[in-house]
Amino acid sequence: MVLRFCLEDGFLRPELLSKTKGETAFFRIDDLREIPVRERDASFPFDRSLQLHLAGKKLLLEEIPFPLALVHFHAERGYIAYGKGVERRSGGYFCHRCHNENPRLFHVFPCARCRRECAYCRRCLITGRISQCTPLLEWRGPEPAVLGRGQSAWQGELQPAQREAAGRIVRAIEKREALIVWAVCGAGKTEMLFPGIGRALKEGMRVAIATPRTDVVFELVPRLKRAFPTVPVAALYGGSQERFRFAPLSVSTTHQLLRFYKAFDVLIIDEVDAFPFSCDEMLQTAANRAKKDTGAQIFLTATPSKKWKRECLRGLRNCVILPARFHRRPLPVPRFVWCGNWRKAIRKGQLPAKVADWVRERVRRGKRCLVFFPDVERMEQALPLFLSFCPGALSVHANDPQRKEKVEKMRKKEVLVLLTTTILERGVTFPDIDVAVVGAEDDIFTESALVQISGRVGRHPDYPDGDVVFFHYGKTRAMIEAKKHIMWMNREAEKRKLLSRY
Amino acid sequence: MPFFRSCDCLLCGSPFVPDIGWNTFFLGEAEEEVCRECRKKLVKPEGPLCPLCSRPLNKAGEKYRRGNRCRDCHFWEKSAKFRGVLEKNISLYEYNGFLQEVLYRFKYRGDYKIARAFSRDLKNAVKRLPFDAAVPIPLSEERLYERGFNQAEALIAEAGLEPLHALTRVHSEKQAKKSKTDRILLAGVFQLHPASGDVKGKTLLLVDDVYTTGSTVRHAARVLKEAGAQKILSLTLARS
Repeated sequence: MVLRFCLEDGFLRPELLSKTKGETAFFRIDDLREIPVRERDASFPFDRSLQLHLAGKKLLLEEIPFPLALVHFHAERGYIAYGKGVERRSGGYFCHRCHNENPRLFHVFPCARCRRECAYCRRCLITGRISQCTPLLEWRGPEPAVLGRGQSAWQGELQPAQREAAGRIVRAIEKREALIVWAVCGAGKTEMLFPGIGRALKEGMRVAIATPRTDVVFELVPRLKRAFPTVPVAALYGGSQERFRFAPLSVSTTHQLLRFYKAFDVLIIDEVDAFPFSCDEMLQTAANRAKKDTGAQIFLTATPSKKWKRECLRGLRNCVILPARFHRRPLPVPRFVWCGNWRKAIRKGQLPAKVADWVRERVRRGKRCLVFFPDVERMEQALPLFLSFCPGALSVHANDPQRKEKVEKMRKKEVLVLLTTTILERGVTFPDIDVAVVGAEDDIFTESALVQISGRVGRHPDYPDGDVVFFHYGKTRAMIEAKKHIMWMNREAEKRKLLSRY
Repeated sequence: MPFFRSCDCLLCGSPFVPDIGWNTFFLGEAEEEVCRECRKKLVKPEGPLCPLCSRPLNKAGEKYRRGNRCRDCHFWEKSAKFRGVLEKNISLYEYNGFLQEVLYRFKYRGDYKIARAFSRDLKNAVKRLPFDAAVPIPLSEERLYERGFNQAEALIAEAGLEPLHALTRVHSEKQAKKSKTDRILLAGVFQLHPASGDVKGKTLLLVDDVYTTGSTVRHAARVLKEAGAQKILSLTLARS
């Protein structure tokens, strides 16, 4: 079995389908300077399910569960185009799927498929290995009709601030523009999207919501199905059965976007600032490729990058700011408490008194608290020091096999004190909670991270207040900016009469 | 000036500054590109080990022990068919969660470069073993095409050796999906490679990524012994 081609009748032919003999006749897709394309044969009765599978995407052969002969038949009649996977260029390589050009992210290996040394892209490996011998296939036939012109069935209420943002989203979709929705944690981002989504679906547009985390996909899909009961909603994440589904409304992890190519009329990107380092650029590229050239792009974030913030405030970007939470109470403002050289203290087996007292007070009152640490090592060092006055205290981190269970315990109030790394900086909501950051001066606590952490507090309408403390060994710029950011939002909310006092 | 260059860890992707050893400085040896945290998670098998297969005897409990050997080896050595076919298995690491994830990316995602993370430990291990040639456990045609490479061959290359393709597969069924009983009882999995040359009297080192029941290496060893090999050792990354 090989993944090579030969030329026959002026067009490519996979070796597996060819009767040509002789090693020299065969090459891999990257060897060609230009890949021959066939004109579309309009009379060809193409395969509908293949169309639905491939339209709007660029896929590897192994991602197309159809016989090679059928796929090639379509290519010969101009309905599918072969493209390069990894391309050798002067000075390096280029990945046609994730647009990687960084030589350190390619590796050359002895490939059994093309029987040569072959370069593959390590950056987008997670979506299947792409290399010099693996072609990327594209659908060149007609676009499938988008089913499910749905009406928004969502009957909920939007707060005035949400209504403004929702209106801006609808307008951006109508005008096929890009829009940044800069909304504070707990503003009710999802509901704000419904009018816009409903509008897009009514027009027969294809909508996708992309989010960095799989848990959010699971959270959003049922809510969308409830809001749009007549519309097929696909959930796209690693391992899902629906990864290739052609649905009018899709909720996808950002990695899955790598498969799409000019597919969506509306692309909503949630938590655009949360992309992990080194994947940042790749996912932005993927997002741009995944939407149609005439597509609208909506970015949702509570913590835009410094550059975006500046551009938004200067009116250089299309942006709507939502400074208030849906329950109309101000954001809790973090306070700074110097706690000395806490690392040294913990290493010596002692918690800084201020930290210990703070936690002890919550335990006494029976109030739950999250205590953030900059890294797992520090956190695990500190845990035993809490156990003396809080025997049930737990610690959790990104690769903790019991992560879900521990978060559940916290939710059920079975544990009052949960130590954590930045993994819980987003997404998790506990009503009636206080938050402390130990070592807020650490590099990992960027302004964005600190704002998100502070955003865990006071989300529930019954418990809109809470204590946010940054225990530090020297104030940092990030800490100051985070506090300023939150205070500014509260001032804006006040100015725009989006807060109520009671 | 390579002193403060940062590179990305092969296993977790995060940037780090590698420790500069005298070897890098004087011999220009390429460092392995694995960060300290990840290195810590590659754990050598600890405690008393089964002398035949390197299984840590304390970890699994008394049920899996028979004297100073592990239970699996005890039964292998009792069976007429497999007694004495394998001299010894050396495993470099315990098959913990971290290594499982790493091997998943290596084998099932096909990230060939990951083999380099084991280079140093592989080279050290083969230095201490007496053998004439290293034989990779072969993959079926289908698996080889799917994966794009044979992970055992990659490990042999990283150990600085040339592989001797002494074996080929007879069946193509995936080992990982079988039950333990099925794995132990399967017959006719390997055969001598037609172009393997003479293995008579040779000491051969079988190489594979994971040793679980020992079934794979023993079936391979048996074929080689029947072809006249004198002694078979095996080197595996992980002992599960």
